[in-house]
Amino acid sequence: MKDNNNTVISVRNLTKMFGSFSAVDHISFDVGRGEIFGFLGANGAGKTTAMRMLCGLSYPTSGDGFVAGCDINTQAEKIKRRIGYMSQKFSLYGNLTVMENLRLFATVYGMSDKEIKEASTHIFRNLEMVNMRDTLVKEIPVGWRQKIAFATATIHRPEVVFLDEPTGGVDPITRRKFWELIYKASSEGMTVFVTTHYLDEAEYCSRISIMVDGCIKVLDTPHELKKKYNAATMDEVFRIVAKDAKRGE
Amino acid sequence: MRKAIEISGLSKSYGKLLALDNISLSLDKGELFGLIGPDGAGKSSLYRILATLSRPDKGSACVCGLDTVIDYGRIRTKIGYMPERFSLYQDLTVSENLQFFASLFRVSVYDNYDLIAPIFGQLERFPNRKAGALSGGMKQKLALSCALIHRPEILLLDEPTTGVDAVSRSEFWEILSCLKQQGITILVSTSYMDEATQCERVAMMDKGRILKTGTPQNLVAGLGENLYNATASDMFRLLSELRRLPEVVDCYTFGATLHVVGADGFDPKKTSGMLKSAGLSAVSIYPAEGNIEDLFIKLTLNERQ
Repeated sequence: MKDNNNTVISVRNLTKMFGSFSAVDHISFDVGRGEIFGFLGANGAGKTTAMRMLCGLSYPTSGDGFVAGCDINTQAEKIKRRIGYMSQKFSLYGNLTVMENLRLFATVYGMSDKEIKEASTHIFRNLEMVNMRDTLVKEIPVGWRQKIAFATATIHRPEVVFLDEPTGGVDPITRRKFWELIYKASSEGMTVFVTTHYLDEAEYCSRISIMVDGCIKVLDTPHELKKKYNAATMDEVFRIVAKDAKRGE
Repeated sequence: MRKAIEISGLSKSYGKLLALDNISLSLDKGELFGLIGPDGAGKSSLYRILATLSRPDKGSACVCGLDTVIDYGRIRTKIGYMPERFSLYQDLTVSENLQFFASLFRVSVYDNYDLIAPIFGQLERFPNRKAGALSGGMKQKLALSCALIHRPEILLLDEPTTGVDAVSRSEFWEILSCLKQQGITILVSTSYMDEATQCERVAMMDKGRILKTGTPQNLVAGLGENLYNATASDMFRLLSELRRLPEVVDCYTFGATLHVVGADGFDPKKTSGMLKSAGLSAVSIYPAEGNIEDLFIKLTLNERQ
């Protein structure tokens, strides 16, 4: 176990090979407690592969790392219990009610009935959605579904939550409301690790990394990156950094 | 001049869900037209009707002057349709897929090769790779090549850039503008509001309805009248403070700044002063230019509580 209270993710020379192909090629970075860390990159840059290793879903070929105090080489199962995960593609079961979804995920995370009751009461009160408790998820408007998905992914109060393109395809208002949830969670000390293709959202992150061809090409605050590349927006920064990508296409 | 697409009073329900609610729209020949709207707006339902794969409950749609219900067979030879989900045969190779679609349309791969060459060029290196094993960007290029193999008059593209990074998205829009120069009418949908500026005209959709139609320039004209950027050292607090003010109609994050919609008589100087005395530092409020996303937020403001 790594004994550092303020670093929630720490990786050194993390590498994943598929045959002779380096999907992730010696990446190193730290993410601090309560940070909103934007993990950007072109298609095929290796983001998903890197994220799978951080979530305990695949082992690195070489390199070391700790997530929420657990070693990614030896404690993958323990990592899964300590993190939250949400993606736009799949988060909730449409044919279950809101409460059934919450209970299902909470049970998977090993929470007791008492803990689940407390946590869900808090969630319903916090999101002002008590009357949606017994509604099927598929019948709930997309904006609410996003909030419920986030609440579900964080019901066990993980130290870090991984959000994989959480806002893809959603309308501008829902997208913004979702980021207000992220801000709130981060201000309460939760670490947020997020990928997105919306580059205005990159501006809301504490720090940003941009992956190109398996490597982390830049890592800094949005402010410093814009200064460094003499760019007005993160969109410009991304285009400058990612335009030389060799693979993915 | 005959319209490429003419839709009037179109409605479609799936059970209780009203997917399309009295849609009317027309596209000129050779136009690059965008359908902009979030998931669930009804874009795919509209595509399915135009591609003759489903029938409207009410109203009608004509494609190349032909009715989508009566003349579906003839329409299918004149359109190229790329659905949102990758729908080529994953177990066939790159060249087998292309040959398959060519034979469906009774053309040879070489008849219209000039049209697909700029797109298919990057795939020629691995003709024997199975379609299922291609990267996302490559799948998209193969699907577009197959949709173009018979030189369609109209190209129907349903969310071709979803999940695609910003650089690849720009490349895709360059391809579309080349196809437009070949005289092909293109109807393309997207949930990325910033892509609206790439189209000649757009229709903004939400919840089965068209909110507004026009050129991107016309749509955003006048939006900036009462629109401001706001920044401060604590952006999150700034947001909640601004939302509390009666002279602020709406306030939302907008990349590195907040966008503030002021009521009549909104005075940026006065508001800045007030925020500073409330304890915020580095407060700055200055005029903003509105874009399609601002418009969408404005048009749906009344629906929000």
